[in-house]
This record gives sequence, C-alpha cells and structure tokens, in this order.
Amino acid sequence: MKTLLRIMEIAVISGKGGTGKSSISAAFATLNGDVVLADCDVDAANLYLLFDPFVEEEEVYIAGHKAVIDYSKCTNCKMCKDYCRFDAISLKNDKIVISEISCDGCFLCSRICPENAIRMVANDKSRMYSGSFRNGKMIYGRLAPGEENSGKLVNMVRLKAKQLSEENGMNIIILDGPPGIGCPVISTITGVSKVVIVTEPTISGLDDLKRTVGIVQKFNLLAYIIINKYDLNFSLSAQIKKWCKESNITMAGELPFDKNIVEAMVQGKSITEFNPEINISKKIKIIWNKIINQKT
Amino acid sequence: MNQPVSDMIKIAVASGKGGTGKTYISTNLFYSLSKKNYRVAMVDCDAEAPNAVAFFESEIVGKTEVTQKVPVINSDICTFCGKCHEYCNYNAIFILPPMKIVKVIEDLCHDCGACSVACKSGAISEKPVSLGQVTTFSVKGKPSLLEARINIGVMSPVTVIKAAIKQIDNQSDIAILDSPPGTSCPFVQTAASADYVILVTEPTPFGLSDLKQSVETLKTINKPFGVIINRAGLGNNSVMEYLTHENIQLLLEIPFNKEIAVLYSNGRLVSETNEIFSEQLLSVFENIIENHGNSSN
Repeated sequence: MKTLLRIMEIAVISGKGGTGKSSISAAFATLNGDVVLADCDVDAANLYLLFDPFVEEEEVYIAGHKAVIDYSKCTNCKMCKDYCRFDAISLKNDKIVISEISCDGCFLCSRICPENAIRMVANDKSRMYSGSFRNGKMIYGRLAPGEENSGKLVNMVRLKAKQLSEENGMNIIILDGPPGIGCPVISTITGVSKVVIVTEPTISGLDDLKRTVGIVQKFNLLAYIIINKYDLNFSLSAQIKKWCKESNITMAGELPFDKNIVEAMVQGKSITEFNPEINISKKIKIIWNKIINQKT
Repeated sequence: MNQPVSDMIKIAVASGKGGTGKTYISTNLFYSLSKKNYRVAMVDCDAEAPNAVAFFESEIVGKTEVTQKVPVINSDICTFCGKCHEYCNYNAIFILPPMKIVKVIEDLCHDCGACSVACKSGAISEKPVSLGQVTTFSVKGKPSLLEARINIGVMSPVTVIKAAIKQIDNQSDIAILDSPPGTSCPFVQTAASADYVILVTEPTPFGLSDLKQSVETLKTINKPFGVIINRAGLGNNSVMEYLTHENIQLLLEIPFNKEIAVLYSNGRLVSETNEIFSEQLLSVFENIIENHGNSSN
C-alpha cells in the first residue's frame, strides 16, 4: 500500500543578494535525514559546488525564442520594425537587423512579415540537472548566458523536486531561491509551505527585507526571518527585530558573522558539516528545528 | 583633473553573485568622481531591490511612472475566434469560446501588441498599467541620481530599467549604472547599454562560479570588461588564477576589512573619509577611459 507523503516545501530567499541564503540552505540540507534540495537561483546556481551531485538526468529547457531574419527573402519593407515594441529591430546600412538582446520572442514579426522572411528559433542552451548528493536528491538549473529568467525554469526545477520527493519518500524539499522580488522569486515561493527570509543588518538589507516581506505577504505565505551577520551592526539588528515584531513576522533567529562560512565553502562543505560544534552551526540547528516543527 | 569628455561614457557595475559589493563600488565611484568635478550621473538599475539612494543626502526632484500597455477585450464585440489567444506567446489570454468567456491575465502580458494585430473585429483596445517608477534625486544640488524601482508583484524589471537609463540627461559626461545581480535579462539589458562593465566578485567558490557565468555572458554580447575583487584575503586564490589564465584585467583588489562592512551597513560612503580608496577608484576609472575611451562610440 502506498502511503500518502506529506511534503513540506521550504523556500529560502532574500531580497538583497549575498546575505548568506545559499550557505544557510546548504546547512539546512545537511542537518538531518535525506532531503530534496533544489537550487532555484537558476542564473547563478552555486549549491552544486558544495555537494558535487551525481547527475542522473539532464533535461533541455527552452528559454523562449529569438527572431532570425532570412536576407534572401527580406525586401526591406520595414513592417517588422514598425510592429516591434521591444526596439529589437532596426535599420543598419539599409539592412534590417534584429537585436538578439532586445528580442522578447513574441513571434509578432514572424507572423506579420509578408515575405515569410522571419523564423523563430528556440533558445535551447539551458539545462536542468537532477541526481543524488550525500544527503538526498538534488536539482539545479543552468540558464544559458543572457537567457530570459522567466521563472519557468524555476517551475520545472520545482516539479522535478516534487517528483523526486515522492519517488524517494523524502518529505522535505528545500528551495534555495534567487535574489530580488521579481518573476523567478515569485515562482520559487508560490504555494510553498514556509518561506525563510535571510537578511543582514545593513540599511540596504532592511529596505530589501521590507520589499521581500511585501511579496511574501502578497501570496499569503508563512515567513520566518533570519538575521545573518547580526553582530556587524547591533543597532540595525535591533531595528530589524523591532520591525518584525510590529509587522507580526516570526523571527527564526540570529547568526553571527563567521569567517568559517567561507572556509567551509572553500572545502566544499556546509558550515554544519565543516564544524557542527561551533556556535553558528548550533544556532542554525536550533533555527531549523524551530522552522520545521512549527505547525502551519 | 576635469578632462573634457566628448560623449557620455556609461560604465555598468555588475556581478553574477549578489552581495559582492556592486552598490559599494558604484556609490563610492560616483562620489569620488563627483568630488573631482566630473559631470557624473548614477542610475540604480537594481529595480527589484534598489539601495543606492540610502548612501547620499538627497532630495526627490522628479518622478515618472513607468507603464506597460495591456489589452482590454470588449466581449460584446468579440467573436471568440481565438486568434488573439493563438497569437499570444505568453499565455496571457484565456478563452473559452463555447462559454463566451475571454480574459486577460495582466501579470503574464509582455506588451508585445500581437493580440491587437490578431483581432480582426476591433474588440481589443489597450490600457496602461503601472510597472514601477523612475525617481530623480538631487545630490549636492545636482539632479544626478536616478532610481529604477518596480512595484511589488511585477514580474520583470527590464522595462523600468530601460526607462531609467533613457532618462540620463545629456548634462553628464559619465554615467555609472549599478546593475541588478545575476546573468539573465535584467543584467544583460543593463550591460548592453553600457560602454564598459566592471564585474565585482569575491574570492570564494561561489564568487568564482558566478563570475565565470558573467564573463561568458559579456563575451557573447561583446562588451569590454574588467574585474574588481572585493573582500580579498577571505576565501582562496582561485579567482586570481582564473583571471590570469583567461587574461582578464584585474582592476582592483579591495582587502576584506570588517570596519568597511560596518561603515557600509550604516549607509556610509567609505570614500568620504578614506582618501586612498577614493584615489584607487579614480585610477580604475582613468584606466578604463585610457583603454576603452569613448571615441569609438
């Protein structure tokens, strides 16, 4: 008989980059039993560097299309240029030129060209990898340079994570999210069980935290705040805590600034693997237990 | 010191990995150049998480709303032919002809105009919706700082970023573009409008991996670039080895210093009190001008 698995999906995000999201996700992923770890920061995936996963499957991700012109058919009527709203088509030396950077892949030019001189070519250089690592299953995306990060690859990564979680009976999925508050972040947090927001006590950190909380609340999700490197600025840390309290957001805990984080990274380990006895590792463990054990 | 610069040169400060010190470099470079009386403007292109303004005493002198157009479908005129749905490549039009239902999912619309072209019955008009704002701030009496900021819930920052870059006035000789993190669309749009890109990285495995991605991207769009290593001394030597191996110019190394981190956390400009740092950034700039001057552009 197949038992129904109750999957808990936990997304780790931060508005501001470089607050320590990935290092904290890595620690969470190596604290207890087997988990599914999904790197949703698809245009700067890093976790595979620590976990050196054994890739079992590689899938192609089509990141939209680009318009390509066939000059043997083009009559320079400029109709495509007039219709394009992305400023992607221009006239250079009496020749229609399509900018690959600006083209949004909307297909309109290829549809209206009276000479059928424009072809849409799929961007098929991006990949999704999945496989095993020392603490379970791992999925990560790799967006080809300059491709549109539409969040669709994030969705693909998350679907794969769910599939692997069900197939392997691993009920915890950890999603390491991208920075910002745009499309890939929205794709990362939509429908998850819990969101962990990692912030830091800087003016920029607090400002970005507020915007990140805004997006999390827009989707009605349960959020936990971690202040990383809290001891860099005690008064700002206090200010963040005060703001969280007033806004009714749960503080999961504070972590000190610790150079060992970098040392662990250099050795290809999470901080809790590197040294489970140091203060920061112990604190991460307490935070993790608080997050997974609290009823939603 | 104030050399005549014929055309404006745009320098983007970028990094694949977030939090490496992009804003740290761009705000201090902007400050140092202004102090030397260069006519310089700065654009905060990190529209999802804009922060640069916090480092300056400034006041708002202008604000423009950035909008996109989305279709409005008049279901009284609509024949439910499904052509708009077929033309929309973003799944932003939902249609159920038997039920006579047609709906626009505004969040998914990219403002390409294809549906309007597709509709032969004149049922589609367009209305503007807000994506965000471009705010102009005056620093020391000069309207020189522009901020791109998307509304919470908006999917892509690209339109707002482009609008902000377009607003740089022609009074400036230099524009510093503080780029969004990552290597995808928002970064590429920022980098593509620059003449030169400064990549900021940190000497860690994560930093190196993201640096490689950024370098690959810049090579595909043919942009000249150089690298600043921030927090040197932390981590390992692999970034340095990579730069040497790939023959990429190292512009500057900034040693890790906890005091800098504390100053920055309080929203302070290090170059205000640290002359040496200010001079270093100025020579990075002069070096870029010398080697990649704007005559060609």
